[in-house]
Amino acid sequence: MSESRPRLIREDGLRVDGRKPEDLRPIRMEVEVLKNANGSALVEYGGTKVIAAVYGPRETPKAVQLPDRAVLRVRYHMAPFSTSEHKSPAPTRREIELSKVIREALEAVVFTDQFPRASIDVFIEVLQADGGTRTAGLTAASLALADAGIPMRDLVAGVAVGKVDGVIVLDINELEDEYGEADMPLGYAAGIGEIVLLQLNGVLTPEEFKKAVELGKRGAERIYAQMKETLHKKYLAVLES
Amino acid sequence: MSITPQREPIMPKLRAENIIKMLKKGERVDNRGLYDYRSISVSIGIIGKAEGSALVKLGGTQVIAGVKAELGSPYEDRPNEGVLQVHAEFVPLASPSFEPGPPNEDAIEVARVIDRSLREPRAIELSKLIVQPGRLAWVIYDDVYVIDHDGNILDAGMIASMIALAVTKLPKLEISGESVKINREVKETPLPLNTLVTTVTMGVLGDILVVDPSLEEESVLDTFISISVDEKGRIVGLQKKGLKSITPKTLDSAVEIALKKGEQVLSFIRKVISSPQEYMKW
Repeated sequence: MSESRPRLIREDGLRVDGRKPEDLRPIRMEVEVLKNANGSALVEYGGTKVIAAVYGPRETPKAVQLPDRAVLRVRYHMAPFSTSEHKSPAPTRREIELSKVIREALEAVVFTDQFPRASIDVFIEVLQADGGTRTAGLTAASLALADAGIPMRDLVAGVAVGKVDGVIVLDINELEDEYGEADMPLGYAAGIGEIVLLQLNGVLTPEEFKKAVELGKRGAERIYAQMKETLHKKYLAVLES
Repeated sequence: MSITPQREPIMPKLRAENIIKMLKKGERVDNRGLYDYRSISVSIGIIGKAEGSALVKLGGTQVIAGVKAELGSPYEDRPNEGVLQVHAEFVPLASPSFEPGPPNEDAIEVARVIDRSLREPRAIELSKLIVQPGRLAWVIYDDVYVIDHDGNILDAGMIASMIALAVTKLPKLEISGESVKINREVKETPLPLNTLVTTVTMGVLGDILVVDPSLEEESVLDTFISISVDEKGRIVGLQKKGLKSITPKTLDSAVEIALKKGEQVLSFIRKVISSPQEYMKW
């Protein structure tokens, strides 16, 4: 309701958490955080914490096999303790939709044709939700796929752009998502300059939309650079040992 | 879990290649231009028991939207608003590839995109659907029922929903003291609307955009983008779908096309709801 809506842009033009409109939250990335998975990654965007694991390419039930390519199986799931109120562990309609859009984002970069009849399984668990969980999840999934050594056309960085109190801002947190005018999750393969995930939940003029895509691309490029650095570090460490 | 689906329907390779070849020349197998919709026909009020209904035929695709109004509790965090719920059913009679059972990810996606496209621009003024603040409100169910699938279910479902909601008449409320009863014998109050909304769905083939893809086109195109627009020319929703990416440049063209085509679809919807009696036959 508008009467109980908090102010999202302060007197000084900064956001509720002190960021400038074009600032990302502090982002942490780590790969190879799980022993059993073929690849894994932990990603934090501010208070949002997500872990992703990749199993495969591995054998898959006959019924879902495809003769000319691997199938991707993706599950985006929120832990029951990840939100302020307890969330039932059963998959919601939202989680089913997000699993689909994240799978489709990864389909655009994974060389699935190299593994006919196999499956590549990506499991994303949101441990704590503070806005941008699907985009942090996409970043984590992309890192985990790279960590698993799955061949890809490019890495994918996810970031959500929003509109709050009339201002287009980068990497919205939960409060900005809940009370803002728009939430636009973007998945961007920055190395090849292609959009692999794009949704808009909210209202934007065509000019604002253009600006939001631009801002999202610039933000994704910064996250992409950090992803590369994270992977470099891992492999340099392997070389040195 | 979301799993890469099989391509449906399975099509002879020659046919598929021909569709692609023609699209690259700016032609389509059904002789449409790249940005043309198939013909749209509408029947209103075909379900007398519903508070509002519309059957939309978009080429060979047929979708019924039925609107029911019930009394219920408002959401805890929206004590002064009525409730809108959108659901979509891909029933098995509509296509050989639809199975019975709870809605799959495609049906859920269609329902959620329609829901967001209506909710975000406040197409329905939910604050006028409260009966007793915090306690009792109108709950509006918009059920999208696909009965024949020939591609672009989303746009057909969106247009059907928008028309069904626009022609909906709420039943009379009989209030005596604490008790509130619905009298469905008398349906009189239209839903309070702020704007009409539609989606414009396009297939993406590299930098070529194809408006209102048919089922055949859907099965050879890998990527789609649906852009929701309202009467003020704003973008009120967007969903990229499918297996491939889209470049920022193609996205710009898609927005431009969606604004233009959306305006045409919206004026068609306006025409239908301004003279409903002309569309009351099936």
